[in-house]
Amino acid sequence: MSHTEIAKTSYNEQILNQTSQLDDNLFTLDNRMKSAKNEEIIAPTLNFFQDSWRRLKKNKGAMISFFVIILILIISIFAPFFAPHDPNAQNPAWSNLPPKIPGLEHLSWFNGMSVNRGGALIDSYEQASVPEGVYYYLGTDSLGRDLLSRIIYGTRISLIVAFAAALINLVFGITYGIISGWVGGRVDSFMQRVLEILSGIPNLVIVVLMLLVMRPGLVSIIITIALTSWITMSRVVRAQTIRLKQQEYVLAAEVLGQPVYKIMLKHILPNMMGLIIVQVMFALPSAIFFESFLSFIGIGIPAPNASLGTLISDGYKTFRFLPHLMWYPAAVISIIMLSFNLLADGLRDAFDPKMKE
Amino acid sequence: MNELALSVKDLTVSFQTFAGKLHALRQVSFDLYQGETLAIVGESGSGKSVTVRSIMGLLSKNTLVEKGEIRFKNQNLLDYTDKQKEKIRGSQIAMIFQDPMTSLNPTLNIGSQIIEVLEKKRAMKRQEAVEEAINLLDLCGIPNPEERITQYPHQFSGGQRQRIVIAIALAGDPEILIADEPTTALDVMIQAQIIELLKKIQEEKQMTIIFITHDLGVVANVADRVAVMYAGKIVEIGSVDDIYYHPQHPYTWGLLTSMPTPDLEGKLYAIPGTPPDLLNPPEGDAFAFRNEYALAIDFVQEPPFFEVRPNHYAATWLLHPKAPSIEVPEKIKERYNHFEEKIKRGDIQ
Amino acid sequence: MTQYFRYILRRVLLMAVTLFIIITVTFLLLQFLPGSPFANEELLTETQLALLYENYGLNDPIYIQYFNYIANIFKGNLGVSFQFNNIPVTQIIANRSGPSLQLGVQAMVLGTSVGIVLGIIAAVKQNTWIDTFTSTLAIGGRSVPNFVFAVLLQFVFAVVLEWFPIAFWRDGFLSSVLPTVALAISPMAEAARFIRTEMIEVLNSDYIELAKAKGFSKIYIIGKHALRNAIIPLLTILGPVTASLMTGSLVIENIFSIPGIGEQFTKSILVNDYPTIMGVTIMYSVILVVIILIVDILYGLIDPKMRVVQGGK
Repeated sequence: MSHTEIAKTSYNEQILNQTSQLDDNLFTLDNRMKSAKNEEIIAPTLNFFQDSWRRLKKNKGAMISFFVIILILIISIFAPFFAPHDPNAQNPAWSNLPPKIPGLEHLSWFNGMSVNRGGALIDSYEQASVPEGVYYYLGTDSLGRDLLSRIIYGTRISLIVAFAAALINLVFGITYGIISGWVGGRVDSFMQRVLEILSGIPNLVIVVLMLLVMRPGLVSIIITIALTSWITMSRVVRAQTIRLKQQEYVLAAEVLGQPVYKIMLKHILPNMMGLIIVQVMFALPSAIFFESFLSFIGIGIPAPNASLGTLISDGYKTFRFLPHLMWYPAAVISIIMLSFNLLADGLRDAFDPKMKE
Repeated sequence: MNELALSVKDLTVSFQTFAGKLHALRQVSFDLYQGETLAIVGESGSGKSVTVRSIMGLLSKNTLVEKGEIRFKNQNLLDYTDKQKEKIRGSQIAMIFQDPMTSLNPTLNIGSQIIEVLEKKRAMKRQEAVEEAINLLDLCGIPNPEERITQYPHQFSGGQRQRIVIAIALAGDPEILIADEPTTALDVMIQAQIIELLKKIQEEKQMTIIFITHDLGVVANVADRVAVMYAGKIVEIGSVDDIYYHPQHPYTWGLLTSMPTPDLEGKLYAIPGTPPDLLNPPEGDAFAFRNEYALAIDFVQEPPFFEVRPNHYAATWLLHPKAPSIEVPEKIKERYNHFEEKIKRGDIQ
Repeated sequence: MTQYFRYILRRVLLMAVTLFIIITVTFLLLQFLPGSPFANEELLTETQLALLYENYGLNDPIYIQYFNYIANIFKGNLGVSFQFNNIPVTQIIANRSGPSLQLGVQAMVLGTSVGIVLGIIAAVKQNTWIDTFTSTLAIGGRSVPNFVFAVLLQFVFAVVLEWFPIAFWRDGFLSSVLPTVALAISPMAEAARFIRTEMIEVLNSDYIELAKAKGFSKIYIIGKHALRNAIIPLLTILGPVTASLMTGSLVIENIFSIPGIGEQFTKSILVNDYPTIMGVTIMYSVILVVIILIVDILYGLIDPKMRVVQGGK
């Protein structure tokens, strides 16, 4: 049966008139079904990390932070090359010198001048008989130590503490979380109960008690800080493990007889990478803060090593007369933490495929 | 024919996405008559939801209405300010959504969700509103409405929640009710109940309903007219009988034949291929690539709407006099037979 | 209802265990602490020393000391301070609670309310410059250490502008303004970030779409429909926020020389006044544990309306 004859209405007449020029040839059957063009994929496929990187690049704050962090890392790793003086070298004769930067001396901040007791503006460097050509870019502290060098080395120590603490946090948290999530059942319930109990203890308490027993030192502080944040990591890891455990490819691997640790390494861990990276990124500023907090109240890194926190604490003591001794280390620590936080936020958004573009 | 309730002309809407501009609606036009139920049918991505959201003024921020008109009471809704649109929503045009489990606010009791419409849209006093809310719940088939009015959504089943959603929609006393796939998330038994409810309400209140679905089977029970959409355009529109028993567009044939029916014989036929990429809509008829009856001209120029019978239009070049004769699918032939019989019996004019 | 009670019972039990463990741990640590509990030990003769040890029960076997310790705690006796010539620790804590409590409550209220407002603004104006601005404020609050903030505030508003007293607790309410603000920064940043995330999720939900379809104004929808759904989960951060207020109070009270518990705590740590340290530690732990319990109870009350209570996620 052929198709319907269309009705002879004025409406249809009009259409036919409009389309009268059409070539008869156009009205032949064309069997182009399922053309290749239809199957073409619209956008190139990216794997998970490439996709996330693309998203991250759009976040200007995160990208700037990324480069700032790399810069800071390079400076602190190669501290001996960057620091103009020995951070621990004391020069009592040249104590409390204001900042002086060659080339920027026209700015009142960096001209090496300060107000003496009589209220007059004098050249402190001259007064202390500092020879020509010796500059302290950010001034010196009450023992004549160069602030800039101290800041550079201080950053190094703060970062070492932070990364070490984050590493321990990571290892411990992941292990606990994966085991708890994978084994499940009563072991999991028990492990989670333990966590609930532990999380009822304020971090402050843990830190103070630990430091009372272990005298403050680099290692004890690192361990203490790691103890305060591993719980979050383990919870996140556990949740992911449980979710991934039920995925089909994991079940397939189990059926194929793959040993458990291999499944963990090949299937489970890689799929948590995004989450883990974000957690670590968030743990770092938290560790830096905690360490500086401890140093500020006096139970942090012991002398002669100085972290940024120690520097801020020292600077605070002479704040009224020499504010720059506190501001500069405070600024540095704020920038570091801000950068880590921005990057962490950016990474978290970039790794989340559900975010609206 | 009844009076016009709403008229959509040449509606063209696009989204700005990170991959480019997505042409969601491409010159959609249809009329809606008072008191009727118009079903809009199509696959996901065909533009059904975008159409009704344009009417409601509920388009998201990255949407652009490029041209077109939506005439309601002699005004073009697209020209309205946000405030004006807010005024119309709920009180003159109401909408219900697909998933009853997530449509209700979990932290407010169902009474307050109905009463707020009565108080704010119909300026009722509290006491009056409470009574009316109870009436609405009763009308919609919720047992013991006086007691249950203070309960929370999670204390109701899916089917009941959809009834509550309908009650909320009715609270504004709207002229037009838009139902966006209201039965898709419900199981078959409940589906039938909800459809019965809608029909009952339509009769009592002489309401005009737009019913969106991707399921032609549901439509048969509830609609007066049907519009079939594909790739952002209407491809065929007509009465239920026209579409079910006298379809002209190959896409409609595809939809009908892929719908399993116990009475008509024949194999299940699925439309091959996938919906087209609306970022770069093809020239000509978007359905051409999946159309086994495609003509050469389908790849070059879009077909106009041909009038098949009064108020039945189909946009396919197959209706042009110059088009060759084609073999209509078996199952469709049977429907044509049905159609002829219905005409002979006088069921259809 | 019974399910709820069982849930609460389980939480209380858990809390009791937690407290017990903390107390036990502090006791054990006491045993390991270096140094003698008595000052100037070298000035005492052997007999005097022996007498003192006997007096304080330090010669008894460990488990008896432990038992006494627990008994004492239940009686409200936390020992006496080494630093302040035998003033009971409980008395020291009681004297100093006032300022700390006031600061804590003020900071919590100020911080969370400002944070909620910022979070809502950021969520409603998502991805505009307003969102970026408020989010940056929140991140800034999280990044600059609160003691740096405190010093900054002190410098700008007290030293330079002289609007507020520089330190001490002598000027009534005015004395509390700057320290409250400094302490409030951290809860503000947390609340803002949290509310923003919750609010965005709520605003994208179906029931908000339905509310829009009902034809209400944006402000009404945010106020009546969205807010309650976004704020309720805020309860979950109450615990961590309290903990951070405790840590914060240590430095803030120091910087502003406020006679609170935090300031005392730092002093005690530096002079190794063990009984006071232990006493304050236990007190902080009790506070945190109680707050977590209250949060659990409240959440259980509100929860049945939204989700089935399954005993802690």
